[in-house]
Amino acid sequence: MDELAEVLEETRALVEDPDLPSVRRWLERNPQGKVVGHFQVYFPEEVAHAAGVLPVRIMGAGSALQIRQADARIAAFVCSIVRSSLELALSGRLDFLSMFVVPSICDAARNSCGVWVRNFPNLTCRVLYLPHNTGSSYAATYLRDEYRGIAGIIEEMAGRSITDDSLRTSIALFNENRRLLRELYRVKRETPWLLSTVEAYTLTRAAGLMPREEHNALLRRVLDLVPQRQAKRQDKIRVVFEGGFCEQPPLDMLAVIQDACYIVDDDLLIGLRWLIEDVPTEGDPLANLARAYLDQSSYSPVQRDPRKPKAQMLLRRIRESGAEAAIIAAPKMCEPGLEEQVNYIRALEAAEIPHLVLEFEEKMAVFEQLRMEVETFAESLLFELA
Amino acid sequence: MTNEGPERIGATRKESRRLLDLWWQEMTTADETGRPAAYTFVMGSLNEILRVFDFTVNFPEITALQTAIRGQSLGFLQAAEDYGYSPDICGYVKVDVGLQLKGRDHPHGKVPRPSLVVATNMCNTYIKWAEFWEHLYQCPVFVLDLPAWRGTGAEASLDSQTFQNDLRYVEAQLRELIALCERVAGKPFDVDRLREAMAEVNRMAECYHDVLALNRRRPAPFNAVREGVVYQGISNLFRGSPEGTRFFEVAREELRERIRLGIGTVPDEKFRLLLSGTACYPYFRRFVELFEEWGGVFVHSTYTVFAGGGFLPGFAYDLTRPIESLAEQLLYSAWLGFSTPMFSPQEWLAQTVREWSVDGICFHGVKSCRTTSAGLPDVREWLRTRYDIPGLFIQSDLVDPRLWAEAQIKNRVDAFFEALASRRAVAGR
Ligand code: SF4
Ligand code: SF4
Repeated sequence: MDELAEVLEETRALVEDPDLPSVRRWLERNPQGKVVGHFQVYFPEEVAHAAGVLPVRIMGAGSALQIRQADARIAAFVCSIVRSSLELALSGRLDFLSMFVVPSICDAARNSCGVWVRNFPNLTCRVLYLPHNTGSSYAATYLRDEYRGIAGIIEEMAGRSITDDSLRTSIALFNENRRLLRELYRVKRETPWLLSTVEAYTLTRAAGLMPREEHNALLRRVLDLVPQRQAKRQDKIRVVFEGGFCEQPPLDMLAVIQDACYIVDDDLLIGLRWLIEDVPTEGDPLANLARAYLDQSSYSPVQRDPRKPKAQMLLRRIRESGAEAAIIAAPKMCEPGLEEQVNYIRALEAAEIPHLVLEFEEKMAVFEQLRMEVETFAESLLFELA
Repeated sequence: MTNEGPERIGATRKESRRLLDLWWQEMTTADETGRPAAYTFVMGSLNEILRVFDFTVNFPEITALQTAIRGQSLGFLQAAEDYGYSPDICGYVKVDVGLQLKGRDHPHGKVPRPSLVVATNMCNTYIKWAEFWEHLYQCPVFVLDLPAWRGTGAEASLDSQTFQNDLRYVEAQLRELIALCERVAGKPFDVDRLREAMAEVNRMAECYHDVLALNRRRPAPFNAVREGVVYQGISNLFRGSPEGTRFFEVAREELRERIRLGIGTVPDEKFRLLLSGTACYPYFRRFVELFEEWGGVFVHSTYTVFAGGGFLPGFAYDLTRPIESLAEQLLYSAWLGFSTPMFSPQEWLAQTVREWSVDGICFHGVKSCRTTSAGLPDVREWLRTRYDIPGLFIQSDLVDPRLWAEAQIKNRVDAFFEALASRRAVAGR
């Protein structure tokens, strides 16, 4: 197996392992180390990093875990990621957490924080209210102070203060990570035959599970190796995949889609790529992070920002990536995702952009029907575009 | 004087009908008369401010609920689903979407077009719902962030830095909302009118608490689900108006009279219950009956707390500093009245069980409402293991009649009462 294939295989194994081996390895090296878990979509990981704490993204368990205990605690009509994330914790797989942060993205997630508080009385569980009133003159100050409050909890937990300088160092490190992720996406967009979506996705996902220093090294290595790949461009339609901002589609679902299409851009794990430009390192670092959240950021159904009308943002993503069509997916039972889907579909219809609408669940295991739908969609388009 | 007592019985119902008709009349004529309409929500309505600018105020949660009670929600739900809304989306949203798409013709009258939308984040779905109107009508949408219940550690207290930070944010937003209202309504802000409305809210809150507290009596003079939904409606629609306060005075008088005459809401009260969540409105009467058939009375509900205006015990605006005080009370309501009863209700429930002499709690999981329902199974389990409080979990929806499985629900309810009865027998009560 060549070097790149080996790295990619290792990364895939890592992201599919519900026991989070990369975190456990970090703890072996740092026996006193603390870990902060944070739920989707966005969390300013720099704040944890600046205290020497490892931020770990809790992204559900896909189909790797049978949900047993969580079903008795969370109603059946709640999306899978909320339940499988709780299952990870109830089954002891997250016993290393010292803190768990739930951004107030939706009603299900916020409610799940209450469930965590009741079930893990020794764990600090915190809702992070990210502003929806982004037009308010006070939003950035509020968010800066909210970050400061979280920093205070982390400082106490880590027994170490978070200085402006340590924050600046962390911001610089994460800026580099974001730059590398942008590069990864550029490669996927411009030469999708060299880097598939499943590969780019697993590489991105790994960012939430390992120290960013290591992740930066991983991305650099991959980005060096990818151009040497021998692969030919195929006759496939170029699509944007939208709907992966929170609950994650199964890797096999992405594989089915990429068999028929090049996914040239997407919103998968958008929280890891939320900040789209470098965060300034001079000045008040927490204020910079807060400003960046508001002003230098991507979009998702769970952030209200009238400056970024979501349908317009999607059309822009399609345009800028040179896509010919879109796949508009939403997780089952996901209120914000399903609501936004209606909006997206209307906009795509108005703009006469071909699109396929899908619903998924992270634990889906059968893809025959999906394969047929995607293939039919892709073939009809290829025929039309020919 | 001698005639006063009997006359009071039934007065609340009459007055509620009169007020609801009044509201619908105002809604129905708003577009014709050119009076601007604001859409807002029960958790953090800001009716105090909207009133100052003479907006006709539409509460789409209430209009949706009314279609269900009238047995007419299904057509609206289907219209929304035909438009692309998934069966998994909040039923209130879909009823309203259907209503908007069908020309805003409601069984009770005409819903006006929105000139302004005010939505808090107390239910995140409010925001998505507001965005639907924004797309349909291109109207301004003001999202008022109320950072609230945080989980471990942080408290709703003026001593807490988090709370202070939240407060500054809320106050700044209120000032921005006022400026927006001035632009939309085309009239200047009048702080004295705000003070008047706030003074009315103070009076209403006091009466509202008195009314709820009367249900500590045995037999309970009202059903916190059947009458509770009316109280909740009026407390929102007429928040800040003298009619609203008057309604709760009438209700208080009637309930006191009922207590004096020994009239309970059921003839033979056997079990006192607490509802966590909302009822199923397409089968509202049946929902309550299933419990009443066993002599079960809902003496309280989380709904009367989070949907009833968020009035907390001791709620009072300080009229000498209206905006600051509005921000402060709103934030307290958001923490303790809206978000805690939804995400972390266990201590409140346990306390109410003690203070209202409750025998058991009914947890109603509303399929399309994650806000009120997502964590209910866990809360039930927590109360059972910690405090040995019996809990029943049933599931349907608030407006979708397709999700009501009567036989199944009845079986569960019956089994619950049988268990309560044998518990009582064992305890020798
Ligand atoms: S998948 Fe949707 S409903 Fe579930 S936590 Fe994420 S945003 Fe919320
Ligand atoms: S999700 Fe629940 S609380 Fe939110 S609008 Fe719908 S019914 Fe109301």
